Amino acid sequence: MSNRILIKGGSILGEGVSDVLIEDGVIKEISASISSSGGETIDATGYVLLPGFVDLHTHLREPGRENSETIATGSLAAARGGYVAVSAMANTLPVADNAAIVEQVSAIGKSVGLVDVFPIGAVTKGLEGQELSDLGSMAHSRAQVRVFSDDGNCVSDPLLMRRALEYVKQFDGVIAQHAQDPRLTEGSQMNEGVIASTLGLKGWPAVAEESIIARDILLANMVGARLHICHVTTRGGVEIIRWAKAQGMQVTAEVTPHHLLLTDEIAESYDPIYKVNPPLRTQSDVDSLREAVADGTIDIIGTDHAPHPVESKECEWQNAAFGMVGLETAFPIVYSTLIKTGRISWKRAVEIMSSKPAQIGGYTSHGRSIKVGEPAHIAIIDPNGSTVVDRANLASKSKNTPFHGMEFHGNIVATLFNGHLTHKVGN
Amino acid sequence: MKHLLSINDISKDFAITILDTATEMARVSEGAVKKLPTLRGKTVVNLFAEDSTRTRISFEAAAKRLSADVINFTAKGSSISKGESLKDTAQTLQALGADAVVIRHPASGAAHQLARGKWINGTVINAGDGTHEHPSQALLDAYTIRKHLAGGKGDLTGLHIAIVGDILHSRVARSNVLLLTKLGASVTLVAPPTLLPYQVEAWPVKVSHDFDAVLPTVDAVIMLRIQQERMSDLYFPSEREYSTLFGIDAERLALTKPSSILMHPGPMNRGLEISAEAADSPQSVVVEQVANGVSIRMAILYLFIAGSQETINE
Repeated sequence: MSNRILIKGGSILGEGVSDVLIEDGVIKEISASISSSGGETIDATGYVLLPGFVDLHTHLREPGRENSETIATGSLAAARGGYVAVSAMANTLPVADNAAIVEQVSAIGKSVGLVDVFPIGAVTKGLEGQELSDLGSMAHSRAQVRVFSDDGNCVSDPLLMRRALEYVKQFDGVIAQHAQDPRLTEGSQMNEGVIASTLGLKGWPAVAEESIIARDILLANMVGARLHICHVTTRGGVEIIRWAKAQGMQVTAEVTPHHLLLTDEIAESYDPIYKVNPPLRTQSDVDSLREAVADGTIDIIGTDHAPHPVESKECEWQNAAFGMVGLETAFPIVYSTLIKTGRISWKRAVEIMSSKPAQIGGYTSHGRSIKVGEPAHIAIIDPNGSTVVDRANLASKSKNTPFHGMEFHGNIVATLFNGHLTHKVGN
Repeated sequence: MKHLLSINDISKDFAITILDTATEMARVSEGAVKKLPTLRGKTVVNLFAEDSTRTRISFEAAAKRLSADVINFTAKGSSISKGESLKDTAQTLQALGADAVVIRHPASGAAHQLARGKWINGTVINAGDGTHEHPSQALLDAYTIRKHLAGGKGDLTGLHIAIVGDILHSRVARSNVLLLTKLGASVTLVAPPTLLPYQVEAWPVKVSHDFDAVLPTVDAVIMLRIQQERMSDLYFPSEREYSTLFGIDAERLALTKPSSILMHPGPMNRGLEISAEAADSPQSVVVEQVANGVSIRMAILYLFIAGSQETINE
């Protein structure tokens, strides 16, 4: 007995209504009307079908920090958010800086089976920024790592960065840089600006991000390597990337949903739920980031889903952990800020949420079109629905969302991963 | 209004009410019986998670003169030094039935977090949080200035006050800028650019790097303590250079109007930001500031704990 799902009446990328028949994980037929012949039928009237989302920036915390998140809980959170693939950042305990750890993460991801879990390898041993980690071993392991990042830390040594960029060329790897000059951000708590000065919290200057972005773009182009800039947050960073792309330089860039929405003024409450690294910036930065997504300067949305236990946030601001969970709220925020407002089309939404992150990560089975013969990775969206964020209802093990109580346009009705329903509203 | 977390929490009129009430409290302190029954049966906890001598004993004296029961909870030797969270400490205080918590804490915003009301119900008085604010210090400074230069009543319109030194890390400076300008004074910050907050131009103040040029124009000078570790953090080249450019000594004091006063929130680094001659000069009101601190804190405790809501909300 084959596994069949029939999606009736949905609109693929918001263009025209079709029925979609899925059999054994593959899209079998797309046509105006397909009658049910066994298996589940989903009524998608009024809904939009998009290729399932791909996150290039996810902290799943396993191994070592299972009190915050596990690969299982993170995978479920991803499925709820319309994701079919996530990239597990390397800052676990122990650090994913060798083949054994990345293979373990990959294997657990497969056994959970809700999304594809692609491990990211650390650039440097122990994320310490001193020596290269086992880049080749990780690339040639069963996990086939292609994305390398010290995220959480910046690869700040310029020589080490150059070597890493050069070295990963041999297996078409990419270095995903967390752009933060460490010396300029010692003890930094929030965006350096009027608000930080008033609140007496140590500032995190925009230039600490921008100077690393500029340096690494120049390095990557000198050696002809692939560079990806994680979580761009500043207008200046956007300008540098825009300039580089105009010169034909190769670089890709990411923005998080929270940096598309929130500003540093929200820190006036001193509630560490808003503490994140890089920090929330100003409205001018937010405007610039939205524009950059629309004009292609920024390539993808990365969630930087960063789960933390309650005690890491229920304390003084300066002692609190940096980070926010984001898998389950990413799409409604992108929809509300960019799609619903007319800033970007459904087609562009697919690029930033699915096809481009898959391309950067080398995840060839993802980010593909909804066409006959393609793997059935599909997010079903209700564009007229809404999402009210309730931290108590998050699938993530951690509840550190800054969006609790907020309402967004759009709702993820269902997610199909390899033809299996991994999420369906009401289930 | 229930809490005193920031000078932003109080209106100009209410600030003047605090100063006027402090004037009344000073009379009590001068009497033979230095005690009022106002806060009898109330429990005030001094939660000092950071070393402090004068602010803590000032609040303690103020609470005792108002007949409150006072519990001192200090960092050293307490559960705080053993890593207890602010939440657990707060809940302990709640269980003890604290009507008010006076909190000094090294983290900016710690008082706000207590006052959010999830952990304790009592009044929260910010006695200095990190590099954020120190409202009672600003109030006692305004009280001292008003007493010497504005006849002890009304606001501070027309007065010019310089705040000198490490503005960047100073909670005293932040509260004073807010309060003194609220009361109508003009404020000039005097410091090297490295010790000024980023985008200080958004503050309602003037900024100068030329102490000598500012001195003849001011009615009061508030000197700030310079922390020794600022030098190793590259904020200035040497103590000697800092002292030469931004310290006050007898020669500099001679540039001021004779009627002007010299202030310092303490503790002073004699020989660094202030010379002994300047500190002990007739223009210096440093010791008087301490006495005024008790009156101001009596007024604060009275108005925020015992005062009727109507009075306070005004």
